[in-house]
Amino acid sequence: MTVSPQTIPEPLAEIIDDFQAVTEAERLQLLLEFSRELPELPERFAGHPELLEQVVECQSPLFLTLELGDDPDQDVQIYFSAPPEAPTTRGFASVLHEGLNGLPAQQILAVPDDIAEHLGLTRAITPLRIRGMSAMLFRIKRLISEARQLRAASA
Amino acid sequence: MPIAAEQNEKFAAYANPDRLVSTQWLADNLGTDGLVVVESDEDILLYETGHIPSAVKIDWHTDLNDPDTRDYVDGEGFAALLGSKGISRDTTVVLYGDKSNWWAAYALWVFALFGHEDVRLLDGGRDKWIAEGRELTTEVPQPAPVEYPVIERDDASIRAFLHDVLDHFGKPLVDVRSPEEYSGLRTTMPAYPEEGALRGGHIPTAASVPWARAAAEDGTFRTREELEAIYLGDAGLKPGDDVVAYCRIGERSSHTWFVLKHLLGFDTVRNYDGSWTEWGNAVRVPIVKGDQPGQLPAAAR
Repeated sequence: MTVSPQTIPEPLAEIIDDFQAVTEAERLQLLLEFSRELPELPERFAGHPELLEQVVECQSPLFLTLELGDDPDQDVQIYFSAPPEAPTTRGFASVLHEGLNGLPAQQILAVPDDIAEHLGLTRAITPLRIRGMSAMLFRIKRLISEARQLRAASA
Repeated sequence: MPIAAEQNEKFAAYANPDRLVSTQWLADNLGTDGLVVVESDEDILLYETGHIPSAVKIDWHTDLNDPDTRDYVDGEGFAALLGSKGISRDTTVVLYGDKSNWWAAYALWVFALFGHEDVRLLDGGRDKWIAEGRELTTEVPQPAPVEYPVIERDDASIRAFLHDVLDHFGKPLVDVRSPEEYSGLRTTMPAYPEEGALRGGHIPTAASVPWARAAAEDGTFRTREELEAIYLGDAGLKPGDDVVAYCRIGERSSHTWFVLKHLLGFDTVRNYDGSWTEWGNAVRVPIVKGDQPGQLPAAAR
């Protein structure tokens, strides 16, 4: 596998621009709006926590799972679940959902690892939390890589 | 005029019953002149999703910490913050927050560094208020700014620095982190990211009492009897002991500080806020690994 250049996909780049365009207080407000927009889990996952995996690096419980095809160019569907009493975690999950959901695996793997630091929240939000968002991205990338290896092995 | 303390059987058993209020008391007293309710959470956005009517927000990270130095705000900073929240020196402040008041207790301890006299915790915190189906609002109050005097922070009586802890050897230390952090298996809380400590373990001789043992299922403080069984029984503290408590950055140990100081009545309790993120990185300080408190370092015997 060749190392792909790091690029930020268009939808995520637009979100980052939105954050960068406003003051710090407004960024928190924006993150709160994102937290409200995190889609509910679809029925097939909702009653089945065992189908989701926990991102333990997040300060509040966060679960995620992916649906992806065999082709690296095929779309990846990302599903998150986080409780309402964890709005910051929900907000970060929602940013990743809106910025990455439905993109080809290849593009998601190329997202820079330090993406969380691009939102301009490093002063308002503790480093521990910012790292929680990075951990979600790591987990998504890892799940994609693992699925690919599995398929390569069985092919 | 201070607002009269709540009288009930549970609180009366504590050393300082006037440091707690129940959710019912708060519901009955909302809107009373001279009372300001303050929410302080771990999650910086939680207040915005809905809070107790009239409550203002104080964030531990952006409001109470100095932005540059690893320290708390100074007298000017504290005066400006409290004044902007409509709190004057004689205001009765009721603090509450998420996670069994963990962060609210931290804020209370910082208030205590400035000697704010009447500051109380809501027993059970945010979760209990919500569990009881009490009113929440997203309306953010705009208090008229008031004058809060510039008070010099008094670190000596309730705050310990690294050299104080070294001098403290031979007297009781309480480590309030999780068993995994205490033994050195991890340097941060389970389910939290690893954060910046080079060595794992605990301060020699420290007793392990994870902070959350002081809280019941509903987030309220355990009764005096239960707390005595934990701190005097299991941890072996004796009434009158001079105690230092610590955790990772001093937040969880603020909760324990509150329990020892105000609920069990220890006169001398200090919170070592440098905690493991300082001790676990400091050069040549002694560390013990494993689940036993360990021996005093030779130099301190």
